[in-house]
Amino acid sequence: MSLEFTSSEMMSVTAARALTNDMTCFVGIGLPSEAANLARLTHAPDVTLIYESGTLQTKPDVLPLSIGDGELCESALTTVGVPEMFRYWLQGGHISVGFLGTAQIDRFANLNTTLIGDYREPKVRLPGGGGAPEIATNAKEVFITVKHSKRTFVKDVDFVTTVGFGRDGTARDNVPNIGRGPTVVITDLCILKPDPDTKELVVTSLHPNVTREDVIEATGWEIRFADQLETTPEPSAKELEILRDLKARTHAHHASTQSGQQ
Amino acid sequence: MAEFLSLRDAVSKHITNGDTVAMEGFTHLIPFAAGHEIIRQEKRDLTLIRMTPDLVYDQMIGAGCAKKLIFSWGGNPGVGSLHRLRDAVEKSWPNKLEILEHSHAAMACAYEAGAAGLPMAVLRGYVGSDLPKVNDQIKFIECPFTGERLAAVPSVRPDVAVIHAQRADRKGNVLIEGIVGIQKEVVLAAKRSIVTVEEVVDDLGASVNACVLPSWAVTAIAEAPKGASPSYALGYYDRDNAFYKEWDGIARDRDTFQSWLQDNVFEKGAA
Repeated sequence: MSLEFTSSEMMSVTAARALTNDMTCFVGIGLPSEAANLARLTHAPDVTLIYESGTLQTKPDVLPLSIGDGELCESALTTVGVPEMFRYWLQGGHISVGFLGTAQIDRFANLNTTLIGDYREPKVRLPGGGGAPEIATNAKEVFITVKHSKRTFVKDVDFVTTVGFGRDGTARDNVPNIGRGPTVVITDLCILKPDPDTKELVVTSLHPNVTREDVIEATGWEIRFADQLETTPEPSAKELEILRDLKARTHAHHASTQSGQQ
Repeated sequence: MAEFLSLRDAVSKHITNGDTVAMEGFTHLIPFAAGHEIIRQEKRDLTLIRMTPDLVYDQMIGAGCAKKLIFSWGGNPGVGSLHRLRDAVEKSWPNKLEILEHSHAAMACAYEAGAAGLPMAVLRGYVGSDLPKVNDQIKFIECPFTGERLAAVPSVRPDVAVIHAQRADRKGNVLIEGIVGIQKEVVLAAKRSIVTVEEVVDDLGASVNACVLPSWAVTAIAEAPKGASPSYALGYYDRDNAFYKEWDGIARDRDTFQSWLQDNVFEKGAA
């Protein structure tokens, strides 16, 4: 029996499945946060989630709109200052996975969240680096989740805000004390992983009902497919139910005017 | 000892045109009331420092208070762009805005170094990033002991720090609870500081390891209930996420923004 689900739900469930119970995950806002909390509410109840606002081991009931919503602090084991967060917990080597989103990604998994166009005369100014540049190098590995489109998946990013494997795939070679970098990219169409030698992203699994042509059409470079191309397992009824409940709860929470605000 | 002042007097006395001002609060405890008072007093040519400019700097930049912004993530969290910031960077409206951008890790370290009285901060950062190409305040040095290449950034030493906190006692000692961000570091890094508080109480009720700024480490305190709204103060009120979403529509258009500013800032006096 086949379930009804959207490509966004497919992406979130697949991204959630990348996390396991024993991981300590530094969570980016947006899609990574949705996936990380879905993992915690399904197969990985003990996964440790950490947000850059200093909230350690947090268990929010609704998804935070920002990385510093009160919900994160109140449901955390403890909350530390931001310098301590980045220096002791991230740079100190306690994070197994950094989970990031992005505006642009290229074939070597470099991320651009700074701008489109030229730095001094940008066509579109984006928010900037935030925690990502050091999450990507100081976490032991990096997961990326982002919607697949030609605008997002470009051959070369306009600006390397956050390094994947650099412009030629070698940026991490011979650098001491650096993590492995991106190990998986999960989109609404497929799963990509870096080639072990060249570090170029290769499609390793297509989501159900997605064709090679769909991925080629949505990618800004000549995308390669693994010899052993897999089909991503469908979401289960339980995963979909928990994800939909989480999103409905979150939507209702953020839409309501906060009590006592008027 | 900290001096208790009205918010109007605190801003008027301690913030001068051309100052370098750091108004902090990492999503939590953002000093909006103080920002609005700075807008009302039409302070100009400020160099604004903040890790996440957030709506408070979007409003101040749109109101023409800033000539330069030093930051590490300039978006409306979970919503999208800061349209006033973008308009200033992309179209120089209402004036040209110089920007200098860092990563969060570097700015957090720079504040900590400022508080520690050091000229610079060292971190394992910016590896492979293009940010050092566009920010000449990011350098690389060699560790004298291991030879490892590390990033160095100058410490943040603002003229004025502005933060919001839950409460002060009558002597002017300040308690900060919840997401403490870099509230302590920015006050200790600055030459002068203004702390707005939800309330002034007889007893802080601080636990033994609480984040407390002693009165003698703070310049001025102003009582400003709801002074962090639409950000929040843990234990007092929640983040107004609905307003953060609404701001996207207000700030997108110059006229809508200016009429919002007129109704919600200029025509409302400081508490």
